[in-house]
Amino acid sequence: MAYASDAPKDGFRPSMLIYDTRYRGYTIQFIVLLLFALFVAWLLNNTLENLAAKGRTFNFGFLWSRAGYDIEQTLVPYTNDNSHFRAWMVGLANTLAVAIPGCILATIVGVIVGVLRLSKNWLIARLMTVYVEIFRNIPLLLWILMIFVPMRELTYEPRDFRVTDEMIAAGQEPAASMWFNDSVAISTRGINAPLPLFDRPLGSLNLGGVSVNLTFLAALVIVLGSVWVNRQIRARAQRVQESTGVRPTTWWQSVLVLTLPFIAFLLATGFHLEYPTLTRFNFSGGILLQHSYTALLIALVLYTGAFIAEIVRGGILAISRGQTEASYALGLRPGRTMSLVILPQALRVIIPPLISQFLNLTKNTSLGIAVSYLDLRGTLGGITLNQTGRELECMLLMMLNYLILSLMISSVANIYNRSIQLKER
Amino acid sequence: MQTLSYVRTEMLPQQPAPLGERGAAKWLRENLFSGPVNTIMTLLALYVIYLIIAAITPWLLNGVWNASSLSECRAIIAAAAGEGASGACWAVINERWHQWLFGFYPQDQYWRPTLAFVLLFVAIAPVLFDRVPKQLLWFTLIYPALCFWLLWGGSVWGPIVAMIGFVVLAIVYRLAQPLIGISPAAGAGVVAAILWWLFLDVPAVNLLAGLADLQLQPVRSSDFGGFLLAITIGVTAISFSLPIGILLALGRQSDMPIVKLLSVGFIEFIRGVPLITLLFTASLLLQYFLPPNTEFDIILRVIILVTLFAAAYLAEVIRGGLAALPRGQYEAADALGLDYWRAQRLIILPQALKISIPSIVSTFIGLFKDTTLVSFVGLLDPLRGVTNVVRADINWKGIYWEPYIYVGALFFIICFGMSRYSMYLEQKLKTDHR
Repeated sequence: MAYASDAPKDGFRPSMLIYDTRYRGYTIQFIVLLLFALFVAWLLNNTLENLAAKGRTFNFGFLWSRAGYDIEQTLVPYTNDNSHFRAWMVGLANTLAVAIPGCILATIVGVIVGVLRLSKNWLIARLMTVYVEIFRNIPLLLWILMIFVPMRELTYEPRDFRVTDEMIAAGQEPAASMWFNDSVAISTRGINAPLPLFDRPLGSLNLGGVSVNLTFLAALVIVLGSVWVNRQIRARAQRVQESTGVRPTTWWQSVLVLTLPFIAFLLATGFHLEYPTLTRFNFSGGILLQHSYTALLIALVLYTGAFIAEIVRGGILAISRGQTEASYALGLRPGRTMSLVILPQALRVIIPPLISQFLNLTKNTSLGIAVSYLDLRGTLGGITLNQTGRELECMLLMMLNYLILSLMISSVANIYNRSIQLKER
Repeated sequence: MQTLSYVRTEMLPQQPAPLGERGAAKWLRENLFSGPVNTIMTLLALYVIYLIIAAITPWLLNGVWNASSLSECRAIIAAAAGEGASGACWAVINERWHQWLFGFYPQDQYWRPTLAFVLLFVAIAPVLFDRVPKQLLWFTLIYPALCFWLLWGGSVWGPIVAMIGFVVLAIVYRLAQPLIGISPAAGAGVVAAILWWLFLDVPAVNLLAGLADLQLQPVRSSDFGGFLLAITIGVTAISFSLPIGILLALGRQSDMPIVKLLSVGFIEFIRGVPLITLLFTASLLLQYFLPPNTEFDIILRVIILVTLFAAAYLAEVIRGGLAALPRGQYEAADALGLDYWRAQRLIILPQALKISIPSIVSTFIGLFKDTTLVSFVGLLDPLRGVTNVVRADINWKGIYWEPYIYVGALFFIICFGMSRYSMYLEQKLKTDHR
């Protein structure tokens, strides 16, 4: 970092490569590059030698052979006759099925707990502190196991839900019963919950091997449309307020715009719920959530939520008290102070560490191994790896996959982060 | 001057504050019942606390400490509290506590890890607290070899001769530094040390072992388990990851493009993949990357990968500290004519590390918690490894809450202690006068 103020007049001597700070950098970089290249060559050489010694080749052809194992939870259609590649994709979908709801729920938990920790209510603040400290200081693995093991071992077999004629005659109750007006059954096999169905679905569109469910697409479009219209209404209210000083009442318009189109859509497509029913040995119908999935999700949400709570609390505390006071002095009410003054500034502090928590949560989904959840690591890096014995290929693919996932999340989040950062000259 | 007869000439004694404005009543009203929302929240919180206590208390009260199996536990609880009562079976902790602490380490040798653990505090005391005499730092320097010898046993000469390699490094550096400058001297020292380890290490050990054979009973790595394993991995990885992390952070901030590129690539790669995949790399892939027929210890392999993992995270944390320093500090160091390493050592790093202490410690806490993941590569971590061993015993089959609570409590104590220490350090090093 030191700079020569006055360049010597005489020409270049080789000793300057070591002693002159202007040229030393090149020497160091050359040596580093050389060492790195040697190291990589050494690794490659070893790998080739080892592969040759084991009589193995390095190719990815195994991805297209029959997988031959079952996956309990599949979001992508899959049977054990499909290829290893397909199994990998099922695993990826399962990873995302934990990661995406996990990030959303953890943010909700984190924000609520973080705000409540700052509450003036002594009891609530203490409770939240206890929650945060306990979850932050105990390994995630323990939480996953602690939630999973009782879920499996303390629940009843599906047959315990059965009510037979003799039991009615004897006035007995079955050992277990379903929750929420016979709609949710928690048994040893998993959680059976109602499944949303449509009588008149819009069908699906096949786009080169990927089928897109038009019903869900339409629902998404309608929700986004309502949100957009709602923003227009609020923008108009803002304009009126700026020109006349009086803000028109818009909340009822917002409520109507946000709810009516969606309800109309549900009625038009004949939305109803399919409830799980008890058949001979098991529950059928509805949707079956594996305990491994539920336990992993709950543990990840509670664990990451504790970290996010600390981030949120820190972010709010980082905004100086003067900002609130200045805002009150301008005549803003507490609600608007929060939404217009404190939160926009706090978000700038909160977002960067929040991104890294999302990344952590996504990577931590690989702990599903503890409860045999078949995610990316369970399929590609687990059963496929063990069946084919292709450690090198599977591990490389899996690492690459996680790497791409992380880079995608962080780049999307970084774009958002840049949009809210303070624009400095 | 006219006297005003209705004006009081002496002060009245002070009245006590109204009842609602003092003591418990005021505190309750202000902190718990200051408004309808607060009151509802307080009542809800009380209800939740009541539910938790109501669920746990009988279980705790009926706890059994002395029994030889889970069924005996249940029989005792049923006899004492009636049929169907729930109760904790702490007897499993009472009987097997040592396995959670030491794994399968030979029982008559427990004094060795215990001594190593106690000495660990002696070794880190001069680093952690500045009231401890600085001469103890010499003990800190020899501690790694001593600890290795205590834990793994074998001949005392192996670790000693290996440590002499570092002495060789230091001597060569001292001699060469005035002649050829800091970086080349450091390089020469490293080369000399590597030559020592490659060529003189084994003969020296054999020679010394011939003179005096000081042996401890050797212990295999596969016998390590429980918190002994977690602390071994955690402490080793923590102490090695900090210097590597600092170097990586400096590399990432460097103005040499190749150094920067390599540092960024390494950091982003490690941070982009889960630790589990790195552990599997340690157990499955290292055999491909190392020369054929290299055998080395699984614990060592895991420590290396965990160290690299933590180093990448630390590098990012320290980079944050480096970036937070005002540009003027760098320029002032340059203006004083300090070279790069002196500027870093005397001006930049002390400030940057101080800023990043809370994050460094929370990285360490995360690292220590992550040592539980080694169970997936077949090591006996306290949480899953040892608990599964205990539950595989026919006597303790079906027990789950008690081991998890025991292990969780120990983890909590260690991690909470670390976070408290970081707060103490933050306070101590705070130099801004607010």
